[in-house]
This record gives sequence, C-alpha cells and structure tokens, in this order.
Amino acid sequence: MAEDLENIPTITVKEPLDLVRLSLDERIYVKMRNDRELRGRLHAYDQHMNMILSDAEETITTVEIDEETYEEVYRTTKRNIPMLFVRGDGVILVSPPMRTA
Amino acid sequence: MLFYSFFKSLVGKDVVVELKNDLSICGTLHSVDQYLNIKLTDISVTDTEKYPHMLKNCFIRGSVVRYVQLPADEVDTQLLQDSARKESSAPTR
Repeated sequence: MAEDLENIPTITVKEPLDLVRLSLDERIYVKMRNDRELRGRLHAYDQHMNMILSDAEETITTVEIDEETYEEVYRTTKRNIPMLFVRGDGVILVSPPMRTA
Repeated sequence: MLFYSFFKSLVGKDVVVELKNDLSICGTLHSVDQYLNIKLTDISVTDTEKYPHMLKNCFIRGSVVRYVQLPADEVDTQLLQDSARKESSAPTR
C-alpha cells in the first residue's frame, strides 16, 4: 500500500511559474506591452516568459481622439499567426482565456 | 537554454522576425546564440517598405525582438511541451 502511494505522480505548485506549467498545451491569453494581446495554444515557456504559441491571434488596440468632438475611438487590429515565438520581456500577464462571446 | 536549443534546431529555416520598432524582416535563420541574438541571411522586408537599405545579411540583437514567426510544420510541439515541463522543475539558472 505504501508503494502505491509513492507511484502516483504528483504535480506540486510551488511558485508562480508552476501555474504557467499547468497551462501547457492549453489555450491561454497573454497581455503584452504596447496594448497588445495574444491568444494561442501554449507549447513552451521559460523563466523569462519567452513562449511558443500555436494558432495565435494578436490583437492590437489603438485609441484615436477626434480633434473636434474629443471622443475616443477604440479600434482593434487582429492577425493570425500559425506558430509564434514571443520574447518574454514584452509579456505582462498570462492567464486562461477569458471567454466573452 | 530551452529556446536557444529550439532555435538551433531551426537553423536553415525561413522565419519572420518582428522587432520592437515594428520592422518585420523575413530571412533564413543562419545562427543564434545564448542571448537569442539572431543572424539572418537572404533577408527581405515583409509588410511595408519603411525600411533602410539593407544588404543580404543582418545581425539582430536578441533584446529588440518582439516575435519570431515560425513555420508550423518544422516545430515539434510535443517535444517542446516535454522540454518546458522539465525546464521548470530543474531550472538551469
């Protein structure tokens, strides 16, 4: 009985990077600097938050201010990239995707 | 060292490097180092021509890279995931 307990593999979550490890091969949401967001499937990461994402969709949000009415127009540009390496110094946060639709 | 090894396995493949200054350079990956500095050969600009005259080759400092677009068929996702799992349990800091 003691042997059975030792043979069960345990995944311990000790530090924040372990939480990212739980998201491997899952779709994730990445908030990046310069008002960019990424959604994709996480295949690899390291302690710098460098990442490889497949089927990635990048969303860039821009604000245009009308000179006369001073209204703020928020626009988003999206593009899809089948396989993407992301350098970690641009990453702000990583999370499971937020399903809004 | 995970991504260093990963990029070494992609030497000779065509990639698109997007820099933090929004320049996108398409080229063949010639070499990479531990800082993920990149050397590309036979480069061409993708998107628009906001582009200083460049020759055939370039060296890109790793810290100015935002993204590297990779050919999906050349990437072994299973191997990557296994390496990432191992990397986090035994970090080579």
